[in-house]
Amino acid sequence: MPEALIAALDELDVAWRGAMADPDFTGEFDRLLREYAGVPSMLYDATRLSEQAGARILLKREDLNHTGAHKIRNVLGQALLTKRMGKKRVIAETGAGQHGVASATAAAYLGLDCTVYMGRVDTERQALNVARMQLLGAEVVPVESGSATLKDAINEALRDWVATVDHTAYLFGTAAGPHPFPSLVLAFVRGIGDEARAQCLEQYGALPDAVAACVGGGSNAIGLFAGFIDDADVAIYGFEAGGDGVETERHAATIHAGKVGVLHGARTYVLQDEDGQTVESHSISAGLDYPGVGPQHAHLAASGRASYLPVTDAEAMDAMALLARTEGIIPAIESAHAVAGALRVARERPGQTILVNLSGRGDKDMGTALDYFELGKAGTA
Amino acid sequence: MSTSNAADIGNARGTARAFAKARAEGRAALVGYLPAGYPDVDGGIEALRALVAAGCDIIEIGLPYSDPVMDGPTIQAAVQQALDNGARTEDVFRTVEAVAATGTPTLVMTAWNPVEAYGVDRFAQRLADAGGAGLITPDITPDYAPEWIAAADARDLDKVFLVAPSSTDERIAMTTAACRGFVYATAVMGVTGARATTSDLAEPLVARTKATTDLPVGVGLGVSNGAQAAEIAGYADAVIVGSAFVRAIADAGADRGAGLSALTALTEDLAAGVAGGAAR
Repeated sequence: MPEALIAALDELDVAWRGAMADPDFTGEFDRLLREYAGVPSMLYDATRLSEQAGARILLKREDLNHTGAHKIRNVLGQALLTKRMGKKRVIAETGAGQHGVASATAAAYLGLDCTVYMGRVDTERQALNVARMQLLGAEVVPVESGSATLKDAINEALRDWVATVDHTAYLFGTAAGPHPFPSLVLAFVRGIGDEARAQCLEQYGALPDAVAACVGGGSNAIGLFAGFIDDADVAIYGFEAGGDGVETERHAATIHAGKVGVLHGARTYVLQDEDGQTVESHSISAGLDYPGVGPQHAHLAASGRASYLPVTDAEAMDAMALLARTEGIIPAIESAHAVAGALRVARERPGQTILVNLSGRGDKDMGTALDYFELGKAGTA
Repeated sequence: MSTSNAADIGNARGTARAFAKARAEGRAALVGYLPAGYPDVDGGIEALRALVAAGCDIIEIGLPYSDPVMDGPTIQAAVQQALDNGARTEDVFRTVEAVAATGTPTLVMTAWNPVEAYGVDRFAQRLADAGGAGLITPDITPDYAPEWIAAADARDLDKVFLVAPSSTDERIAMTTAACRGFVYATAVMGVTGARATTSDLAEPLVARTKATTDLPVGVGLGVSNGAQAAEIAGYADAVIVGSAFVRAIADAGADRGAGLSALTALTEDLAAGVAGGAAR
């Protein structure tokens, strides 16, 4: 990372560790999650989907959280930390807009100024979320540089942060980026996995045979996986955005096709060419369209503890429709990647139990679904 | 605390000679930056040679990178154009060869990932073979750069790390201890870009840096004219200019001759500025 940001990262590290050791802070965080964000989210037995899958599919319903995704957990933690550090302004980057909406929400609730950087391409495919952020009082800045998607929004947010670090906190949206963000974000989202594990034991008397989540930067996935990493009998699957297919150049399957490098202050797998230039990623889901991945996932992949596999745009959209029509649940396209991956795992593990993190709801993706499925015309389906 | 002595250091291509010459003339050194491959590889070489001819003492050649976190809009747009035109790491080395051949110390400024992708040792060797003086690394700090430090030391290359207004005294000392050639002080908290006024953060940062080292300290980010250069030359050993040069080329558009003339005029103004700075 640039030297100019080292002091801020060190300050954040000290503040975060202090906060996590302070019962007043953790108590307030837990209260906010419970009373404001609506967690613990339910663990739901998706029986009709399971019939189709040939295995038992359990859904961790993070889509039911306030603002519609797991992101609210991370953001409430970081925004509370911002208040504790005495800073008045937050910035955030967003791809699909879920993190931006969550950040704008937390900022509104806690009385912080909020600026959200979003690639121009993403502002177009996620216009509804842009409107939500604006209604919540945040300024949304479209980023034109580079590929005008999530990685460029991160670059722009880092540039803002360098200039404003004395009064601004950067609410990083995923478990990637420079230390301490991967650890800090994991600490705020690991409730997903801890809750799911306890719910499995309480509701079904056993741990699942496998857990599955989609992986872009990887925050929902690492949150879920954290609860099961020590359970050696539980298989862990991360599903990356395979886009048009990993044999094409249009995908975001970073672990599958990336090389070890440094991006945004993290040493991890990066989609890059032989000169080390970042290769533009592609996914039908703006939230997975990131050419890097959190370093904890890189470690889990390298150690073999978790398996990371690509899911194509088409597979994800098919899973989105299947979940909608079997369970009456419209998932985010990100989460649909996890559902599609779980259906694949189910074929290998018939009759077993697979826990899927349904990390977000699909309202924001209706524009994409409308185009993809050619919906919205009366009399067609 | 003195951790290095510029006078002790120097190879045929290093920056120490340029600083010694400037010091002998009672002035600060002028460091000029342009990205390689902008507006194209040959045009970039021509532009850099114009900086040398008009009075830059040291040249920085930027390696165009896809994720230039610390670059402002002017340099970012130039870098993107270079990449869009197909600029590769090898083109950077070709540019280094052409500029170093003038006898002016020539460094590469680069984000870290392209160095790693090329191979740290291989990059250092190629840079040395091209006649390069060393490397400026804006997004990696010495505590994360042992591999580069070893590779550079093995080949007598300058290692220029950055200090910032937000750096603690301890980090400044750690950074300057790892530097060779000079220390790069970023004058503002922010990205690159020409600014109307210089920063009041620069002078105290230079003073804090000089308290830890005998190495020359250069100030970069935001200088666009001779008056600003003169002001900075009053307390720094080098004035580093980048965005203003890029802007001169950009403003000239397709008229390469006009761009070179603008670069020459701006360099001469800046060189007069560093020569007219406060008594050293």
